[in-house]
Amino acid sequence: MKMILRRRQFLISTTILGFGAACSYASTKPEVKKSETKVISVTAKKFEYSTSEIHLKKDEPVILEFVSQDVVMGFNLPDFKLRIDIIPNIKTRLPFTPDKTGSFTFYCDIFCGSGHEEMNGVVIVS
Amino acid sequence: MKDLVNRRDFMKLSGLGGVVFASGLFGAGITSCVTAAGKLEAAAEDFYFVQLSDTHWGFEGAPNPDAKNTLKNAVATVNSLAQQPDFIVFTGDLTHTTDDPQERRKRLAEFKEIVSDLKVKSVRFMPGEHDAALDHGAAYHEFFGDMHYNFNHKGVHFIVLDNVSDPTASIGSGQLAWLAEDLSKQATDAKIVVFTHRPLFDLYPQWDWATRDGQKAIDLLMAHSNVTVFYGHIHQENHHMTGHIAHHSAKSLIFPLPAPGSQPKRAPVPWDATQPNRGLGFREVDVELQKNKFEINEFNVQGLPAAKA
Repeated sequence: MKMILRRRQFLISTTILGFGAACSYASTKPEVKKSETKVISVTAKKFEYSTSEIHLKKDEPVILEFVSQDVVMGFNLPDFKLRIDIIPNIKTRLPFTPDKTGSFTFYCDIFCGSGHEEMNGVVIVS
Repeated sequence: MKDLVNRRDFMKLSGLGGVVFASGLFGAGITSCVTAAGKLEAAAEDFYFVQLSDTHWGFEGAPNPDAKNTLKNAVATVNSLAQQPDFIVFTGDLTHTTDDPQERRKRLAEFKEIVSDLKVKSVRFMPGEHDAALDHGAAYHEFFGDMHYNFNHKGVHFIVLDNVSDPTASIGSGQLAWLAEDLSKQATDAKIVVFTHRPLFDLYPQWDWATRDGQKAIDLLMAHSNVTVFYGHIHQENHHMTGHIAHHSAKSLIFPLPAPGSQPKRAPVPWDATQPNRGLGFREVDVELQKNKFEINEFNVQGLPAAKA
């Protein structure tokens, strides 16, 4: 009898533990995935991006996170048909998985002032 | 039109180049232009107009150490043409951009004063992003009025599109609706010429040589069989077809830019002291209605036929 009780308690315990683990897995799975996705922060200000070279790996997802320090600007990466407005003091995120290697020009596509035409950079995918 | 023919014949016979494009741009058959009032305008008389572009008045820098004279020299050259054009069009970037609204107005005023010396008083203007993108065209409008409009001339319907005063380089839904309405009044075979600053098609978006919603304008124009677009922005000749629509960009009058994608960065072609004003110039467009074609003749600042692009 004692053995049966112990076995039931064990089964109940393992079931609870198993369920708990499953719940835990279900609730933490997105967070794990999210934390695995690299976030690359890019700050824009008249008339430059904080980085003029963004290095990425083919088929590796990243999140590009933009913020402007002054006026509304743009990030346009024509070779991937990717663009986003860059808003002052508000972070905007752009998920991106490059599917080809090479060097690709990005530029500000919102006319922002006298130095606008020099506001560009390059995404290098290896 | 005898003088026009003679001038063209002279250029061809002398082998000086400059004739860069000649074909049946208007398609087959003589057509008419339906005016806003619904009246047919006769298409009978040939004429020519001059296109100048990207004068960037106010620019200072190594790419053009003679910037204070280039525009004035071009005005003098156009004034010296034996036969004056029916009209002259400036396809944007009249002034070089500045962050100072007062300086912008000063440059626009100076530009206007310089081109007032043109003998031909029928002059059409439109803004480039350097003139209008920072204030949505407010200063430009004070000096030159509307940024999109139309006019008719000797059987041709001309449409001026503004793809620069919106800093996102868009034409915008309002203007596209205006374009659709204007085109709805034209016969499908009407002779239509569009003037604009940026290319309507994706010439090279990596260098911002595009219009964000330009394809929407092209889609509207595609319903008409005889459409030709003249534009500026890229500081060099470029000839491109989207379907049956021809697009011709003009040289600049400040500094040339490299061919699309020919180098990593878009940067002015350096000034060559041994060949001042190299790559700069203007064009004449002969509109030969009876033969249903345009002929584009390129000239340098001194008025000599320019080498073929």
